[in-house]
Amino acid sequence: MSDITKKTAAELGEAIAAGDLTSEQVTSAFLARIEAVEPKIHAFLHIDADGALATARAVDARIAAGGKFGPLAGVPIAVKDIVVTKGLPTTAASKMLEGWIPPYDATIVERIKAAGLPILGKTNLDEFAMGSSTEYSAFGTTHNPWDLNRIPGGSGGGSAAAVAARMAPLAIGTDTGGSIRQPGAVTGTIGAKPTYGGNSRYGLIAFSSSLDTPGPVTRTMLDAALLHEVIGGHDPLDSTSIPQPVPPVVEAARTGLTGDLSGVRLGIVKEFASGEGAEPGVIAAYQAGVDALVKLGAEVEEVSCPHFTYALPAYYLISPSECSSNLARYDSVRYGLRVGDNGERSLEEVMAATREAGFGPEVKRRIILGTYALSAGYVDQFYGQAQKVRTLITRDFDAAFAKVDALVSPTTPFTAFEFGARTADPYQMYLADLYTIPSNLSGGPAISVPSGLSDGLPAGLQIMAPTMRDDIAYRVGAALESTQEPRLSDQIPDVA
Amino acid sequence: MTAISRDEVAHLAHLARLDVTEDELDRFAQQLDVILQSVQRINEVAAEDIPPTSHAVPLTNVYRDDEPRPSLSRADALAGAPDTDQDRFRVPRILGEEE
Repeated sequence: MSDITKKTAAELGEAIAAGDLTSEQVTSAFLARIEAVEPKIHAFLHIDADGALATARAVDARIAAGGKFGPLAGVPIAVKDIVVTKGLPTTAASKMLEGWIPPYDATIVERIKAAGLPILGKTNLDEFAMGSSTEYSAFGTTHNPWDLNRIPGGSGGGSAAAVAARMAPLAIGTDTGGSIRQPGAVTGTIGAKPTYGGNSRYGLIAFSSSLDTPGPVTRTMLDAALLHEVIGGHDPLDSTSIPQPVPPVVEAARTGLTGDLSGVRLGIVKEFASGEGAEPGVIAAYQAGVDALVKLGAEVEEVSCPHFTYALPAYYLISPSECSSNLARYDSVRYGLRVGDNGERSLEEVMAATREAGFGPEVKRRIILGTYALSAGYVDQFYGQAQKVRTLITRDFDAAFAKVDALVSPTTPFTAFEFGARTADPYQMYLADLYTIPSNLSGGPAISVPSGLSDGLPAGLQIMAPTMRDDIAYRVGAALESTQEPRLSDQIPDVA
Repeated sequence: MTAISRDEVAHLAHLARLDVTEDELDRFAQQLDVILQSVQRINEVAAEDIPPTSHAVPLTNVYRDDEPRPSLSRADALAGAPDTDQDRFRVPRILGEEE
């Protein structure tokens, strides 16, 4: 592994700006690393070496000519394959979109390009971002660098594994119920879900529109904050985008790294503290993280969020409902796959045959579940009730944040499990998102930071903050990171 | 209560325009039953007087001035089409001769 790929994105950006490295050297180093490691990890669905190198050379030329760029100029990035990229295949890991090349860029991709970050390629995920293990990708699963027989988390397993295996210093994920944070926790990386509406969803292939949020996957808190500032902010093309400036996350991360948390009040969610159903090692790693935060001066008190334990069932009604509606567009007529169009079948038959052939098992399961939850006779009992639970969870957050600045919990109940361990029982798989879902339902920001190892596998500590106060989560996360020497993300086994 | 039957799953799949195999019907019926039993719990807490939240951001109509702006070129818009005819999408026939 070259020294270049060991550096953080912030270090690489500084070296490029100072002329100590060129973006072409950096991009080439990561492409070489991808070539060496990708066969074992399979983090990518598409690699764009030529495009990345062309961007790198263009950035180098502009820097040499005295052009001004942000702090990540020239630092390469990987993008989850559910975010559309002009001219680059985008599949959402589904046969339904195999071979599709979007004619436009998502807003966050436009911002990445404007900031001068070469795009290395598109990363693997659970089909249409539905899953917690990347086992539901139509194009093969991704392997966890800590143990190649284990899952890298999901749905953003490709993005997390690419960063963990140092194939990319930065990656973009999307988080609907934990799909940035849970893969972050099980691969020993940082996964940050920004405030819903703080980052544009324009150009994200929709899964559950009221929950989907794009955000950074990185190896350090400062890198996450730098990327957050590149992609964040109001977008007139997204009607749910919040017309406010990006919270000062980079400044907050730098403050956090000084290791001083005096005056910061942290709430431990009582309902999650017992760790019921969680692995003891995960709870121990989380407890060690809390102890470290207390040593830095944080005040900790227990707060009750009595409805958080209802978040999981509410989510598994709301997200399939929105998914069944969003995925109706894959109807064989407008775009995507078409199967059985032999002139003898009716339109409905072609539609049904296409959707059968194009969707994998988890997607089908959720479409049927969503159709059920929205059907006459059940809509009040399921979808309507779930939306009331959403109100109760938001009230729990409001009450907690009246007392404390941020809430902490484990990120996941268990570390990376072995392939196939949970695919037979979908509800066992859904439990992976137990702790991450409340902040999706309320819309507030949440970040997973590595907090220790359990039986040699990484576990994460989650920090949840009030809406548009992402900076608080960054400060606390960076403080926790500052206590780790070496950082957990520097201890990831070299799979080469 | 809700035990979801194989026939119900078949009906829902039909409503969602989704062919499912016999094997999938068996599997989904059993799995959806487990999921539905588990999510039933939401009925324990959500009382009559709780207003529903459909979205984390209060949604309002967003307007902009009605000014022409550049859009995708015709070539870009048609680039992903499986088939085109005279600068238009070519789609399969969906109506019979007599319709």
